[in-house]
Amino acid sequence: MQKNAYFTGLTIPLLLLLPQLAITVVFFYWPASQAVWQSFLLQDAFGTSTEFVWFENYQMLFSDPGYLKAFINTAIFSTFVCVLSLSIALLFAVMADRAIRGAEIFKTLLIWPYAVAPAVAGVLWLFMFDPSLGMLARGLSDMGIAWNPRLNGNDAMLLVILAATWKQISYNFLFFLAGLQSIPKSVIEAAVIDGAKPWRRFWTIVFPLLSPTTFFLLVVNIVYVFFDTFGIIDTITGGGPSGATETLVYKVFSDGKGGSNLGGSAAQSVVLLVMVIGMTAVQFKFIERRVSY
Amino acid sequence: MVEDRRLGDIIAYVILSIGVLIVAFPVWLTFVASTWDAATIINGQLPLYPGPKLFENYYRILFVGTSGTTREPVLGMMLNSFIMAMAIAIGKIFISVLSAYAVVYYRFPFRMAAFWIIFVTLMLPVEVRIFPTFKVVSDLNMLDTYQGLAVPLIASATGTLLFRQFFMTIPDELLEASRIDGAGPFRFFKDTVIPLSMTTIAALFVIQFIYGWNQYLWPLLVTTKDSMQTIVIAIKKMIVTSDALTEWQLAMATAMLAMLPPVLVVILMQRLFVKGLVETEK
Repeated sequence: MQKNAYFTGLTIPLLLLLPQLAITVVFFYWPASQAVWQSFLLQDAFGTSTEFVWFENYQMLFSDPGYLKAFINTAIFSTFVCVLSLSIALLFAVMADRAIRGAEIFKTLLIWPYAVAPAVAGVLWLFMFDPSLGMLARGLSDMGIAWNPRLNGNDAMLLVILAATWKQISYNFLFFLAGLQSIPKSVIEAAVIDGAKPWRRFWTIVFPLLSPTTFFLLVVNIVYVFFDTFGIIDTITGGGPSGATETLVYKVFSDGKGGSNLGGSAAQSVVLLVMVIGMTAVQFKFIERRVSY
Repeated sequence: MVEDRRLGDIIAYVILSIGVLIVAFPVWLTFVASTWDAATIINGQLPLYPGPKLFENYYRILFVGTSGTTREPVLGMMLNSFIMAMAIAIGKIFISVLSAYAVVYYRFPFRMAAFWIIFVTLMLPVEVRIFPTFKVVSDLNMLDTYQGLAVPLIASATGTLLFRQFFMTIPDELLEASRIDGAGPFRFFKDTVIPLSMTTIAALFVIQFIYGWNQYLWPLLVTTKDSMQTIVIAIKKMIVTSDALTEWQLAMATAMLAMLPPVLVVILMQRLFVKGLVETEK
């Protein structure tokens, strides 16, 4: 972590660090500390006076059924998106890892959705599944399946999950493919000679060797579902119907909008902040361990 | 390998083709919708092939705009998105290449403290501190400005970590050699470190450009004037709750135009993109 050849002095390194430190303090530490401070304050209904209330905002938060629901929604949403996008991506990656002709073209054709903005991805899926004009929604109703994400909370959740998964497959695919390509071919060949069939080779050799990639992707995917899917939810459902697709981040936004419940929104931000710092710590520990191999 | 591979190869082709179809179908449908008229879409009669209104729709959305919802032509919004994405990419590279150079090539008190102050921001997106950050930007009179759109989003550690990692791989002998040539820290930075970092810089640029272009919540809050909208937030405004008012063909054309630049970047600079993605995340 330290070079053996280096410069000394204090002024120049501080000047070099100044732009980043200044931006980080003004746009990160200051607002983050404001969020913590506000989470201890309560504003009256007219916004004329504020009072320091210790943990009252947090108490209110954890006794709010809407917040509990947002927790459950986030848990359901992240579980489905992670499991679906990771397993589909792994399947594609294993197929693209075979030395078939055109593998590079398939790779290009599979990775570009990474570049689609979450909000745009949301619009694409909304358009296909809009109950009145969506092509696939009509297909469903022709088959006699009731479908209305505007009124039915489960339909709305399913649509948001599909859009978020669609968008995330390309990212996971790329990392799985890189992971697969770093597995030495000699290991696989040895297993072939021992007579292990493809299915068994995959589960006893390839999948265990991929576990660092899988674990890394799991953490990144959770962070993705927590934050980056905001655009998907806002364009498809706006958190509705009646809060059925409201996740933790979406609730921070909808409660703080208009400034009606800034203390509650700030308390939610702090809870999220703590959760993400926890995940970063896990990730960091994991990176350390991998480096020491 | 020693076994018969033909069946396996056929399965691979089939699965990958299905994958490409799943990935491409929503975009194809969007493209098709952007080439028909509003009535065809509203009636739910949209076919699977493009219609006759391609040029009309794209001309209207680029230079005239929708009739009711966003008012501005999309070309100006694309320009806003472009400026924002460029400012984020260049700004982040600028601040992080400097700070990484200081952390790696200098020994000074508080070096580790400075590193940790930056590192903590690694995985905390602007969404978790959205309203306090909005307040800071509005107190600084930066609402409806390009600075307000870009600067808060470059406050993160990804670039710094990436450069730090890369600088650690530069052999110490290079610094010793350039010292013998009489070069100070500035010349070593300009003549040795920057030229060696060009691929890393380009890779980070690609990732940050896509990140910046695709921003949604932040521009939604920070822009109030129609003339400062970015293209990504405009699409949502075009889709109004009552179907009859939504000009779907124009919204879909806007979606196509919003996807085009970042998708082109990924396809044309695929090698840099993959490098940037894999290395910034490690």
